[in-house]
Amino acid sequence: MLNASLKELAAGLAQRKFSSVELTKLFLGRIKALNGKLNAFITVDEERSVGQARAADALIAKRQAQALTGIPVAHKDIFVARDWLTTCGSKILSNFVSPYDAHLIERFNTAGAVLLGKTNMDEFAMGSSSESSFYGPVRNPWNRDCVPGGSSGGSAAAIAARMAPAATGTDTGGSIRQPAALSGVCGLKPTYGLVSRYGMVAFASSLDQAGPFAKSAEDLALLLDVIAGFDPRDSTSIERAKEDYIRELDKPLSGLRVGVPKEHFGEGLAPDVGAAVEAALAQLEKLGAKRVPIELPNSSLSVPAYYVIAPAEASSNLSRFDGARYGYRAKDYTDLADMYRKTRAEGFGKEVRRRILIGTYVLSHGYYDAYYLKAQKIRRLIANDFTEAFKRCDVVIGPTSPTVAFKIGAKTADPVQMYLNDIYTIPANLAGLPAASIPCGFGAGGLPVGLHLVGNYFAEARLLNVAHQYQKATDWHRREPAGLQ
Amino acid sequence: MSWEIVIGLETHAQLSTASKMFSGGSTAFGAPPNTQANAVDIALPGVLPVANKAAVERAILFGLAVNGGDPKNINRRSIFARKNYFYPDLPKGYQISQFELPIVQGGEIPIVSPTRGKIKIRLTRAHLEEDAGKSLHEDFQGMSGIDLNRAGIPLLEIVSEPELRSAQEAIIYAQELHRLLVDYNVCSGNMEKGEFRCDANVSVRRAGEPLGTRCEIKNLNSFRFMEQAIKFEAKRQIEILEDGGKIVQETRLYDVDKDETRSMRTKEEAHDYRYFPDPDLLPLVISEALIEEVWASRPKSYDERYAAIAKYRIPESQVKQLAASAASSTFALEAFRDLPLPEVPTVSNWILGPLSAKLNEENLDIKDSKVKPDQLRALSRRVSDGTVSNSSAMAEILPAMWNGEGGPDEVIEKRGLKQISDSGAIEKIVDQVLAVNARQVEDYRAGKDKAFNSLVGQVMKATKGKANPAQVNEILKRKLGR
Repeated sequence: MLNASLKELAAGLAQRKFSSVELTKLFLGRIKALNGKLNAFITVDEERSVGQARAADALIAKRQAQALTGIPVAHKDIFVARDWLTTCGSKILSNFVSPYDAHLIERFNTAGAVLLGKTNMDEFAMGSSSESSFYGPVRNPWNRDCVPGGSSGGSAAAIAARMAPAATGTDTGGSIRQPAALSGVCGLKPTYGLVSRYGMVAFASSLDQAGPFAKSAEDLALLLDVIAGFDPRDSTSIERAKEDYIRELDKPLSGLRVGVPKEHFGEGLAPDVGAAVEAALAQLEKLGAKRVPIELPNSSLSVPAYYVIAPAEASSNLSRFDGARYGYRAKDYTDLADMYRKTRAEGFGKEVRRRILIGTYVLSHGYYDAYYLKAQKIRRLIANDFTEAFKRCDVVIGPTSPTVAFKIGAKTADPVQMYLNDIYTIPANLAGLPAASIPCGFGAGGLPVGLHLVGNYFAEARLLNVAHQYQKATDWHRREPAGLQ
Repeated sequence: MSWEIVIGLETHAQLSTASKMFSGGSTAFGAPPNTQANAVDIALPGVLPVANKAAVERAILFGLAVNGGDPKNINRRSIFARKNYFYPDLPKGYQISQFELPIVQGGEIPIVSPTRGKIKIRLTRAHLEEDAGKSLHEDFQGMSGIDLNRAGIPLLEIVSEPELRSAQEAIIYAQELHRLLVDYNVCSGNMEKGEFRCDANVSVRRAGEPLGTRCEIKNLNSFRFMEQAIKFEAKRQIEILEDGGKIVQETRLYDVDKDETRSMRTKEEAHDYRYFPDPDLLPLVISEALIEEVWASRPKSYDERYAAIAKYRIPESQVKQLAASAASSTFALEAFRDLPLPEVPTVSNWILGPLSAKLNEENLDIKDSKVKPDQLRALSRRVSDGTVSNSSAMAEILPAMWNGEGGPDEVIEKRGLKQISDSGAIEKIVDQVLAVNARQVEDYRAGKDKAFNSLVGQVMKATKGKANPAQVNEILKRKLGR
C-alpha cells in the first residue's frame, strides 16, 4: 500500500478494501518509525488526522467520496491550517497556531483529504537544502548524510521515504523541483497565478507558487486538479476555465518538439547528471519526440536578478514578524526599537537575516534603480527568451539541478554555491512558467537525478502528459531508497 | 519688504465605504478596540490584500469632480506601492499606498480668497492608501495598547500645490475641499471621527523670491486648529529668519493646549520608506466604461440638489435645509416623488419637523431613518383623502411608525384613528356641543371669532380628535349662520 498510486488508493477506499483510518494510521506509523532519522515532519497530530480520516470514511460509506477523499496528504509548514501549529521552519513562528485555513488547505478539506502533518522546510522557504530550519535539517532518504534539497525538503523526503502518498510544497526559485530531483520524486510548480497564495506564508510574492509532490506524474495531475483554480482573495490569482489534467495524460508524444537549451548543459553541470538527462532525452525521442536546440541567452542573469527581487520582496513581507501581535517575542527589551531588534535577531535564522539585509539594501534610496529596477528589466528579458523558445518547441527540457544531493553542511558556509543550485529552476519562476521535475536515473553515490520540464503558460496538462508518457516507458519513479527500516 | 506665506495642504479623506481598502473588514466607527480588525487587517501570516472597488470608484469620482468631469487627470493605470516602516500600529510593517503612479494627477479647487478674490488652487495628485491603527498610551500600566480597528480604513490623500498664501486661504481651501468630498459622497467628512484631516506644508519668503524651506505640520483635524497652527508656524519661521537664522526642514506637531508647533523629526531623521510596487496587487487598471459609469451615477452637487428640490415649490428655507446634504435631499426627493404637488409642503414639514426630531434624538443619519420615504408618501395619501387629520398624522401616527408599529394603514387601523367623515354623525355631536355651550355661541354671534375656535375644539374633543376638521368647520358655520 505504501507504493500504491493515488488512483489505486482511492479505488481501494471506494471498494472498502481498507478504510481511510487504516490508511492514515499506516502512514502515521511510517512517520513515527522514520521521522527520527529523516526529520521530514515538524508537526504530526495523530488524533486530529485520524478524526479527519473517520469523517472521510463516513463520506465514503455514503458514496459521497471525491477523487482524494480519505487520502492522507502532508503539507509544507508554510501553509496555515486552522488549529495547527504553522511555523514556516522558524523560531519566530514557533508558537503560532493559525486561526484560519489557507486556500490550498481548504481545497484539500473540501476534497475530503486527510491532513497527515506539516513538513519541515528551510526557514521561510529560504534555502536549497532544508538545513536552515529552526527544527533541524531534513535528511535525504537515499543517503542520510546528504540533504534532500530545499526548501520543501520535508515534503520531498516524505514522499521518497513513503511517509506520505502525496504532499505539497512551494516554489519561489526551485523549492519544489530541486528537492524533488535530489530526493528522487516528482514535483510540479504550476503557472504563477494558477494556485491561490492565500494562506501561504509569503517569501517573495511575485515568485511564490504552490504545487504538489508525488511519486508519479499521474498523481501530480490528480493533486493539481484539487488545488488549481481562481480565488478572489488573491489578486494575482487567475480566472480561467478549468482544465482536465488527467484526460491529457495518455496523449502520445509523436511530434512533440522538445527544446534543449544549450545554456543548461554547459559549465557547472556534473557529468553524471548530464548523462542521465541525455538518456532521458533519447528515451523521449524513442517515444516520438523531436529534439530542437534552443537558446535562453539571458539564463546566466537569472540567479543575480533573482537574488535582488526575492530578497527585496522578502524584506518587506517578513516585516510583519515583529513580536507585537503573534509569534515569538524577545524576553527582555528596553523599548520598542529594542523589542523589534531583539525579537527579530533572536527569531530569525542567519540565512533569513542575510536576505532581509540584502532586500533592505537593494530597495534603499539611491540603490533602487541600480538593483531592483534593473533586476525587473532582466526578468522581462528572461521571460522574452522563453516566449521566443516556445515559438519553436512545446516543452523545454534539461537538468533540474547541476548536481545530485550534496552532503549536509557542504555548502552552508558559501551562500553563493548554495544559490547556484537553483540556476536551472529560477528562470521559470522569473517568467512565471509551469515546470516539473521527475526522476530520470541515478548519479554518483546512487543518488537520484531529476529531469526538468518547463512548459508554456498554463501548459500544465502538456507537461504532465510528457512526464506520464516518459514514466510509462521507464521505472525510475518507482525506485525507492533502500535500508530505511 | 513684507513676508509671503506659502502653504500646501495634504489632506487625508476617509472614503465613505462599508469595508476597508484591502479587506472585507468593517469601517464602522467607535467599536471596542480590535473588534473591527480581521485576519487581513491584523496581518496574519499568509493573508493577502484585495483592492476595494467602491474605494476606487470614489477616488475616480473625486478626480472627475475636481476636473469638471474631464477624465484626463485619471490615470488609467496606477500602481499600489509599499511604504515600509516599523511601528506597532502598522501591522504589516508597511502601508499600502500609491507612490510613483497615483490614481489622480491634477485637478483644481476653486476658492474665494479674502485678498485675491476668485482663484483656483491646483491639485498635484490624489492617491489611494490604507490607514494605520492607533496606539493607546493610557490605561495600560506603562505599556502601550494597540487598536487595529482603523488599520486598513480607505483613505484618499489629496495633495495641493503650494498655492495658498495665508492661513485664511488654507482654511477656505480645506472647507471647499471638504464640501466637495461630502457633496459627492466620496467622504462623510466627520472631522471628530478623523474622517478628514490635514497636514500643512508651510514656508515663508520675501515676495518674488524662490520658495523657502518648508516645515510640515501633521494631523490638523479641525479648521480652527489648522488656522492657529499655520499662523503660529509662519510667525515662528519669520522670527527665525529675521533673527538671521535658517529654517530646518522638519516635521512638526501642533500642540493644541499650548498653541504652538514643535519638532517631531528632522529631514535627517526621516525614514527611508523603501517604496516598491506591491507584488500582491496588480496594477490598478481603470476602464473608460467604469469612468463613465461613475460620473453618470454621481450624487448631485448642492446646486443640482437645490434646483431639484426647488421644483416642488416649498419655502426657500426648507429647500436649503433639505438640499444641505446628499442624504437628506435623496430622502426628500424620494418622498416627494409622484406626490400631488399640494401635498409636498405637508411631507416637507414632516421631514423637517417630527422626523428630524426623532433622527436627532436617536443620533441617526437620515439614510437610516426608521420611517422610509414611501411610508411618508402613503401617510400623506391618508391625510389628503381625509382618513386622518394632519395633526393626528404628526402627533400620533408618525411616532408610532417610527416605533415600528407598521405602515400608516396598519397604525390607523390598530389605533382606531380613522377620522369621522360621516356628516350626520358630526352634526349630532355639533348639536350636543352647541346645546351645552350657549355662551360661546352667543359670543361668536356677537362677533368674537375666538369663540368659534373654542367650539371647534369642543367638537374635536368630543370625537377624540377623529372628526374631519374641515367638515366640523363647515357644519359649525352653517349651524351658527353668521
